[in-house]
Amino acid sequence: MNFDRRNFFKTVCVAGATLAVGNSFGAAKPDESNIEFQGVLYDSTRCLGCRACERVCAKNHELPEPKDELKAGVIRKTSEKQRSVINNYVTSKGEVYVKKQCMHCNEPACAAACLTQAMYKTKEGPVVWRGNKCMGCRFCMVSCPFDVPKFEYHSANPKIEKCDMCYDRIKAGKIPACAEACPGDALTFGTRRELIAEARKRIFENPKDYVNQIWGEQVAGGTGWLYLSSTPFNEVGFNTKLQNSSYPELSKGFLYAVPSVFVLLPPLLLGIHEATKNRNQANDEENE
Amino acid sequence: MNKQAQTLAKDNDGGSIFKFILSELRPKGRILTPFNIIAIPIILLGIVLIVIRFINGIGSITNLSQDTPWGLWIGFDVVTGVAFAGGAYVLTFMVYILKMEKYRSIVRVTVLNGFLAYLFYAGALLLDLGRPWNVINPIIGNSFGTSSVLFLVAWHFLLYMIAELIEFSPAIAEWLGTRRARKILSGLTMGAVIFGITLSTLHQSGLGALFLMAKDKIHPLWYSEFIPIMFLVSSIFAGLSMVIFEGSISHKVFFDQISEKNHKAQSGILQGLAKICAGAMFAYFFLQLLVFIHSKNWDLINTPMGYWFLFEMIGFVLVPMLLYLYSYRTRNILLIRLAAILTMVGIILNRLNVSVIGFKWDAPVHYYPSWMEIVVTLTVIFTEILIFRWIINRMPVLRDSPAWVEEEH
Repeated sequence: MNFDRRNFFKTVCVAGATLAVGNSFGAAKPDESNIEFQGVLYDSTRCLGCRACERVCAKNHELPEPKDELKAGVIRKTSEKQRSVINNYVTSKGEVYVKKQCMHCNEPACAAACLTQAMYKTKEGPVVWRGNKCMGCRFCMVSCPFDVPKFEYHSANPKIEKCDMCYDRIKAGKIPACAEACPGDALTFGTRRELIAEARKRIFENPKDYVNQIWGEQVAGGTGWLYLSSTPFNEVGFNTKLQNSSYPELSKGFLYAVPSVFVLLPPLLLGIHEATKNRNQANDEENE
Repeated sequence: MNKQAQTLAKDNDGGSIFKFILSELRPKGRILTPFNIIAIPIILLGIVLIVIRFINGIGSITNLSQDTPWGLWIGFDVVTGVAFAGGAYVLTFMVYILKMEKYRSIVRVTVLNGFLAYLFYAGALLLDLGRPWNVINPIIGNSFGTSSVLFLVAWHFLLYMIAELIEFSPAIAEWLGTRRARKILSGLTMGAVIFGITLSTLHQSGLGALFLMAKDKIHPLWYSEFIPIMFLVSSIFAGLSMVIFEGSISHKVFFDQISEKNHKAQSGILQGLAKICAGAMFAYFFLQLLVFIHSKNWDLINTPMGYWFLFEMIGFVLVPMLLYLYSYRTRNILLIRLAAILTMVGIILNRLNVSVIGFKWDAPVHYYPSWMEIVVTLTVIFTEILIFRWIINRMPVLRDSPAWVEEEH
């Protein structure tokens, strides 16, 4: 985070005001333009398909160890028991391993959808789920363009399961467990800016090994998880029809219209009411 | 017995209300009516299923999956049910704001219907919530998700229920015979009406706006940035068709409650509503047509989903619209009722197409509701009807207000 003095004061003032007013409605948002999100760069050309990331993820989040076999062409999905999966895609360039988990969008649809801020984009970058706030409405699942949040349908106290980029470890100064466990150096943790620079460098230095695209740089308004691939991304299970602008943008227009309706409609109704009242009275008087 | 109690309560001006309510709680009339024989076993079964759901999780009685997080309970109970409850805001607008006095006699029953619909269908939402004990979070303010359309909808449900309760409260005061309370409460009506119409405009459209972020999941024939406007416009004729449908049944079932004057007025009311429905449906059909032409989805029409789209738009929007128009011209009450039923089927189709059928229409495994989801939905509907009947039989909703109300005017 690059703070200059003015921004620092601004932040302090805003934070102070926020605390004073209470962290609810109308509290001014701190300037977020110079916060740098952290993320992970996944280079599928380096992935060996060893699934060390899957195992360490399960262990780290107290989920059952994945036992199903990895077969070429058989696509496994993340689930309420598995936050991260490796699949073996059969592509035009042969078999390619690709890891899937939450993309940690810059402007996550799930967090915009959440009416309790249970889904929450932390300032460090990970999108986390907070059980003490969640009411289990599953609107995040409806909204997420990547279909990431998974719900425990068979529990009386169900949780939403999804990758949280090992937020606890990041706060403790460590890197996500999968990135640490990866023997092939396929996962690189860093700030998003550094990762994009690194990805561009790799494409520039080895143009034959990569398609000239960083998946996640633009899609859905930019994501924290970035992908490099040797094959076009639609061949390795990405929906390339997703829009490049952010998803919360789609409902912004509606939400912006709400205050104006609230301000304009009641006086209009009251006006019509008054107008028709006079008319009725006039009629009455004429009748009398 | 009841008449006695009523006079007693009236004389004491609220003095023996407690006794009176106790006597009113007892069921009136025959227990073994055909409706009860069907409804009560289903309700009991539904309660058992709800208990199972809270012990073993939502997946134990529903077919919901990671691909289909919202099923019948949201798509039908909430999204469709609220559209049908739209009659209350349209009628209060017509009667209190535009002073269309012709419709005054059906305002109370419509508001009651709207209130119960919100109470039960929004209540059904609790069954669908995985962690319902946190439902208070968006209300008490420790975690306002102000960027969420659902946050807006939740607040509006709550506030609108209060507004409708205020609009209906004079009937409760008349039932209890509390004159002072009635005077105060009826003074609040106009404020509640204006507030209620504003809230309805926003949350009827808000229910559509819920699906705006699911752009890549909903079939393009049903998804457009105009879903909120579509939902708002269609809620007008959805609500009024429900008023026609419910009014036609109430007139038969609660025949003895309705004064002769109101009986005679009914056909005029239905014709008026038919005309308004036809107008609103024309606007809606035209909007759909515009959106369709602008979205350039011609190639999608010649697919199974395209036929389904035409089936909905022609069979259940255009046809009932023409039917409304024709029956209004020919004053054919039977055809008006038929048009109302077709329109309601169309609304169910439309809301389910957006929220369930067209949602992930291309997924390999398709969602369909389990029989247990359907039983729970029926439980909600039947319980609502039972409460509705209980109120109609006691409070001056369909029948005229007690004489002392007139005296005070």
